[in-house]
Amino acid sequence: MKLTDEEVRHIALLARLGISDAEVEKFRNQLSNILENFDILSQADTEGLPPTAQSIALENIYRPDEAGPSLPVDDVLANAPDCEENCFKVNAVLE
Amino acid sequence: MNDLHHLTIHESHTLLKEKKFSSVELTRAVLKYLESIDGKIRACMRITAEQAMASAAAADKAIAEGRCSPLTGVPAIIKDNMCTRGITTTCGSKMLENFVPPYNAHVIEKLNSVNAVMVGKANMDEFAMGSSTENSAFFTTHNPWKLDCVPGGSSGGSAAAVAADACIYALGSDTGGSIRQPAGFCGVVGLKPTYGRVSRYGLVAFASSLDQIGPLAKDVTDAALIMNVISGHDKRDSTTVPLEVPDYTRALKTDIKGLKVGVPREYLVEGMQPAVRKAIETAAKKLAELGALVEWNVSLPNTRYGLAAYYILAPSEASANLARYDGVKYGYSYRETTSMWESMEKTKQFGFGAEVKRRIMLGTYALSAGYYDAYYLKAQKVRTLIKRDFDRAFEKYDVLVTPTSPTVAFQIGEKSDDPLQMYLSDICTLPINIAGVPAISIPAGFADGLPVGMQFIGKHFGEETLLRAAFAYEQATPWHKQKPSLA
Repeated sequence: MKLTDEEVRHIALLARLGISDAEVEKFRNQLSNILENFDILSQADTEGLPPTAQSIALENIYRPDEAGPSLPVDDVLANAPDCEENCFKVNAVLE
Repeated sequence: MNDLHHLTIHESHTLLKEKKFSSVELTRAVLKYLESIDGKIRACMRITAEQAMASAAAADKAIAEGRCSPLTGVPAIIKDNMCTRGITTTCGSKMLENFVPPYNAHVIEKLNSVNAVMVGKANMDEFAMGSSTENSAFFTTHNPWKLDCVPGGSSGGSAAAVAADACIYALGSDTGGSIRQPAGFCGVVGLKPTYGRVSRYGLVAFASSLDQIGPLAKDVTDAALIMNVISGHDKRDSTTVPLEVPDYTRALKTDIKGLKVGVPREYLVEGMQPAVRKAIETAAKKLAELGALVEWNVSLPNTRYGLAAYYILAPSEASANLARYDGVKYGYSYRETTSMWESMEKTKQFGFGAEVKRRIMLGTYALSAGYYDAYYLKAQKVRTLIKRDFDRAFEKYDVLVTPTSPTVAFQIGEKSDDPLQMYLSDICTLPINIAGVPAISIPAGFADGLPVGMQFIGKHFGEETLLRAAFAYEQATPWHKQKPSLA
């Protein structure tokens, strides 16, 4: 599986990961190489097999919907890059 | 009082209980030694001396009041991906360089509840992605046995600190071998519990269906003592299983007569170091001498797909988990722009290192439209195959024995430019996380002056059998008594 520059840029966009031209080149080669090695999976006969998402067979877990204390707002906002009036502050979404 | 750092948990506990020394004295001695050698091994992201001395004083008070459980007052180092309230938790990343968690991880609460003492946070590969600590955004940890070699990873700081006697024990986390491989490389005991045995609450998420916290210890007894404290159900991690936690020390028996041990041939892989193969074969013979029924040539035929399946599943989960680092709520944030999208993209571009980006890209690709079936879904089906291999094997055997890694510790820089070569370092440990079963790495000899790790694999929630096999082998061999010379 050889990736193109466009594919690498597309994946980066999907992940909202900024990427330099040098990284496009580097990741194109490395990811292509890794994916080629993963072609081995096509040899595995998985016809009719269910996928396993999680290794122990727990079903959905429910808990009572009980109110409890949350973290103090000031503690939570202490790590915020920017905040205003108990809110996280970001740049304008609509330009 | 100067060489207390050599002690194990069980030795420290006995002496603390007998009032031979206090936790303050023990902690001071450990800190003094840690501070004197950390310049050489660089195991710690930070040494938390002030908090440690306060915890030690509290532990002494508890002991005076008759509350002295085995971890009380005993100094530990915690991998820097477990949240510690008020103490920076970097996860080895620039992204979290200044992140001060507002809460404690479940395991930290558990340790606090018995008045344990934390002396430092351990270095690690960024977001636990790596096998050498070379992916730490800050520095590389050195192997105490040979300083120009890696300690393994991603819990390399934890393993190196335990091996160097720079603490009494440590906690690590293991997504594909991150406790066991460094334990093997550094010649200590490392246990990855069954998925669901230990709460992941407050562990910085990497791959949520694979991550598990576990002990790194100087011997098997200590590993059992740590498991007694950290295991158990936690309603904040709904993948923890509400099973009673046994007293794991009851499993520590030297009698393994009749224990059925399988040696899967797929783990004695091509390209493995001959000296490692020899050490494992010798160790398996030792188990037979001790009365175990060792069956060579067991087959887990789908092992060959483990690496590819893992490197699709883990990066896919990582790409989703790491999407949260958007520069909005906490962590590094690029703000030299008026555009929200540019801020988000540059935050990740400058906040993450190369391996983390590589895995986000790989995972995003495997989950993207058009490739989901061929990669992610296929890998999940292969996961079923690998799990069934183990299910079948455990119908016949109590434990499986393999090398922990195909080689001993490699040189710093040797594999850092070749991601695939680095991934191969975890070839013997990855399938265990895929199947969610528990495994322990214990010292099983030396090759070229570096420790060889042997891995025991057990069935789901079969930690007791693992500990019994590991303990019997440990008590019959001299390896865990050998220490690196750091003078």
